[in-house]
Amino acid sequence: MERRTLLGGTIATAVLGLTFGLTSAALAQQPPIKIGMSMAQTGGLAGGGKASQLGIEIWRDDVNAKGGLLGRKVELIVYDDKSSASETPAIYSKLLDVDKVDILFAPYATVPTAPLMPMVKQRGLLLMGNFSFQVNSKVGHDMWFNNAPWGPADSWAASFLELGQKAGGKTVALLSADQEFAQNLAVTARDVAKRMNMPVVFDQAYPPNTVEFSSILRALKAAKPDIVYVASYPPDSAGILRAVNEIGIGDNVKIFGGGMVGLQFGAVMENLGSLLNGVVNYNTWLPEPSMINEGTKAFFEKYTKRAIEAKVDPLGYYLAPFGYASGEMLEQAVKAVGSLDQKALAKYLRENEHKTIVGPISFSADGERKESATLQAQFRGVVDKNIDQFRKPGTQVILFPEKMKSGDLISPFEAARK
Amino acid sequence: MFSFDLLLDAVVLGVLLGCFYAAVSLGLSVAFGLLDVPHVAHPAFLVLASYAVYVLNEHYGIDPLLAGLLITPFLFVLGLAAYRLYYETFEKRGSDAGVRGIAFFFGIAFIIEVLIILQFGVDQRSVTATYIGKAWRIGDMRIPFRLLVAFAVAAGLTILLALYLSKTFMGRAIRAVAQDQEALRLMGANPIRIKQWAFGIATAVLGISGALLIIVAPVDPTLDRAYIGRTFCVVVMAGLGSMTGTLVAAIILGVAESIVLTLFGASWAPAISFAMLLGVLAVRPQGLFGRRS
Amino acid sequence: MKRRGIFFWIGAIVFLVAIALMTKLIGNEYPFFAGYVILQFIVLAVAWSILGGHAGYVNFGTSAFFGMGVYTAVFLFKVAGAPLLVQIAAAAAVGALMGFLLGLLTLRMQGIFFSIATIALTIVIETSITNWRYVGGAAGIQLLRPPVTWPFSGYVQMLFFVQAALVVLAVAISRYIQNSWIGRGLQALRDDELAAECTGVPTLRLKVLACVISGALMCAAGAPAAMYLQYADPSSAFNLNYSVSVLAMSLIGGTAHWAGPIVGAILLGSTQQLLTVTISSEINVLVLGVMLVLFVVAAPEGLIGLLRRIRRKEGKS
Repeated sequence: MERRTLLGGTIATAVLGLTFGLTSAALAQQPPIKIGMSMAQTGGLAGGGKASQLGIEIWRDDVNAKGGLLGRKVELIVYDDKSSASETPAIYSKLLDVDKVDILFAPYATVPTAPLMPMVKQRGLLLMGNFSFQVNSKVGHDMWFNNAPWGPADSWAASFLELGQKAGGKTVALLSADQEFAQNLAVTARDVAKRMNMPVVFDQAYPPNTVEFSSILRALKAAKPDIVYVASYPPDSAGILRAVNEIGIGDNVKIFGGGMVGLQFGAVMENLGSLLNGVVNYNTWLPEPSMINEGTKAFFEKYTKRAIEAKVDPLGYYLAPFGYASGEMLEQAVKAVGSLDQKALAKYLRENEHKTIVGPISFSADGERKESATLQAQFRGVVDKNIDQFRKPGTQVILFPEKMKSGDLISPFEAARK
Repeated sequence: MFSFDLLLDAVVLGVLLGCFYAAVSLGLSVAFGLLDVPHVAHPAFLVLASYAVYVLNEHYGIDPLLAGLLITPFLFVLGLAAYRLYYETFEKRGSDAGVRGIAFFFGIAFIIEVLIILQFGVDQRSVTATYIGKAWRIGDMRIPFRLLVAFAVAAGLTILLALYLSKTFMGRAIRAVAQDQEALRLMGANPIRIKQWAFGIATAVLGISGALLIIVAPVDPTLDRAYIGRTFCVVVMAGLGSMTGTLVAAIILGVAESIVLTLFGASWAPAISFAMLLGVLAVRPQGLFGRRS
Repeated sequence: MKRRGIFFWIGAIVFLVAIALMTKLIGNEYPFFAGYVILQFIVLAVAWSILGGHAGYVNFGTSAFFGMGVYTAVFLFKVAGAPLLVQIAAAAAVGALMGFLLGLLTLRMQGIFFSIATIALTIVIETSITNWRYVGGAAGIQLLRPPVTWPFSGYVQMLFFVQAALVVLAVAISRYIQNSWIGRGLQALRDDELAAECTGVPTLRLKVLACVISGALMCAAGAPAAMYLQYADPSSAFNLNYSVSVLAMSLIGGTAHWAGPIVGAILLGSTQQLLTVTISSEINVLVLGVMLVLFVVAAPEGLIGLLRRIRRKEGKS
């Protein structure tokens, strides 16, 4: 009979157990500064998440080698969010309420970050963003700082479409994955195309897990666009480029690419090899002379060594240096403020320009970059099965932004592919 | 935007895509269709085979299709072992293997997934071969060689399996097991041995299917989840245990998907194929070519 | 029977009072965040077992029901700012309707065919939501929850309490079904559907009823997730994980008794929460896989079955 009453008790105890069992013991003198975050170790975002985390870890080791922050060691607490939005609220609550971390870093990408925004706003906490896209636009939290170079929402599509227009393009085709990030890009691309008076002649969102892109590219080709803007995810990016190579895309295409996720990762680039030639795609950091700042080389030396052991992206250009930069910005803010006061740190981050290994960073009111530093770069002279070619300047020529430009667009696309 | 050319292209590419779906579903058609084993881990085995092919291709430069053939004997043994385990834990104990069987195979699938991640990391992998990345031109139409390989493999496998099941002694025994296990036992044959053999074959087929999977598109460790729905959809739509039925059902699915991708809203493609499956199940629960009345 | 009933309700009230006290006494929010997830899984597992355990129809579409619950809440919140309880009630109605349609499917399909049909249904529904721009489509949607209402000190505490109330509701229903003619009828149809029908069990009505109740509860359990996350996107809401975890929980606990899924959900749910903040890597998935295999192999009737067997042995000796 008592089983039934016990049952209620069991649930309550199980829940209570989580509270008391996990509280960490009080630490001795000079406790470390704890930085907490979740990071995708499994699921679709794991490849990026692990590389990003390695970047942050390298910063932690560097700063600790210099004696830490405010004389205290820096410690990272990282949990796996499984690439999903449903895990992060509990994880960040654990970080704040049980682990009592001092500073929060956001997880990699938009989906896991989105549920956190109301939480940090409500609690008035600083959050260093990590490559999410327009996650703060609706929440309007003034203590959010995204390390990604995206800048204003529409600048991404605008830079690509402008390159196409300069090359003589008049019509646009949009091919996007029917998933979160790609759809956000597609929305801005539609707006920008409208503003620039370029008709959109093809606009399709393909479903996740599409196996074969031949038929959809055949339809795209039939629409005879001048500019092809693609917003795709890693598994699909490779499939699309293969199909482009096989089916062809038409001689009138001036520029192809724009928002293909995956073409920034070493393993994918190595696999695709010469299929990449001619594609103009976004990127965040590339080994062009214009991108080398103080500390950049030292960082990549360390990264390249540790990447092998960590089984992450061997190049690590896309995310890792920005994870490191998040740390650098925090370091500068803490040094300037002299404490871990969240409001003061946020104020400093908002009002100053920060020197990082990915170049100077300054924020606008919404916590995104003041100016877009999202690169548009064209693949040139890529050969098959060679990862080291991507470490040399010249394989990905930067066309945008003007400040970092390292070459001009070769157009049309078919000519650039040779 | 409708044009006859596009439709023709969509149909041709759809048939080839369907052949690919058939090739990755045939093993399941034996395991689930004939043996009634709810083999949810089939796609996980498939991805595992793809990674084996990747290793042979990457490190020894072996052609992916040949690599697929090379690993076939190992997969056969793996299949024998997997069935033995399944039999000992479920069928031997009698009724209601259904839901626990599914859970069992889900567990196996997760374990395989993690082992692949631990060994290879989470990045996607692909193979190189001369027929990848080129296309065959017929007038305005271009057909990727990859898909022609899929076509040849699917046709070959279907014919081989169909012949094996209808012409050889063992093949007939397998079909007999599927129809009436008791009768077979009365005739003095050991149905368990036959089923184990059949499951071995169902798994061995994955060697070449796995090679095809990685030829057609890059693979990553969690790709199996995307194929659970697709492969079961094909096998059930075909009607359990019919090899040619599997091919036809897969082609119908491929063509439907391809036409939706080309001519209508691409984002609706998954809904269309699975709505078709629902329709078939509701109207003809035994599938298009079902063995049961 | 009567006395058991009284004990059950006393237990339920003690449970709810304990939960209410927790929301008052514990300042730390983490137990509520983590506990909410566990409670949510209890509701899902109990609801799943009504159809899967008693009737033996294996529903793989838990994520479809859960996701529809989430999106019903999202829709109502966006269109009218509907309060939480309205969201949950509406989700239950939607779930009941979905369950009714699913029940009709059982007319023609049994066994694994039914399971595959539920997978197909999940994909069709997920694709439809993905293409529905008003609720955010594939890009997802951010929601800002309203201020919390008295007597709760925080929204999470309120969600925690509401989910606990849903647990009591689900368990009470499941227990009632097991002990009533519905449960016996379902059991008969599970053992031999044809024989049951011949002996006059209204099998179709029973199946539809089980589907409706199970569906309504699953959808209701999903509805608060919209406010819990303050964000919804189709790939998270319709995640295959819900289907697999709930199946695993029910089996690990055992489906022969209404308490089985609860035990399974508490065990697996808290293990998962614990692993997330301890090992926190792909080992998570490995643990789920190994637990699944071990339990279905070593404890085919689940923990409840294991317990019974041990007791029976003790009784003999």
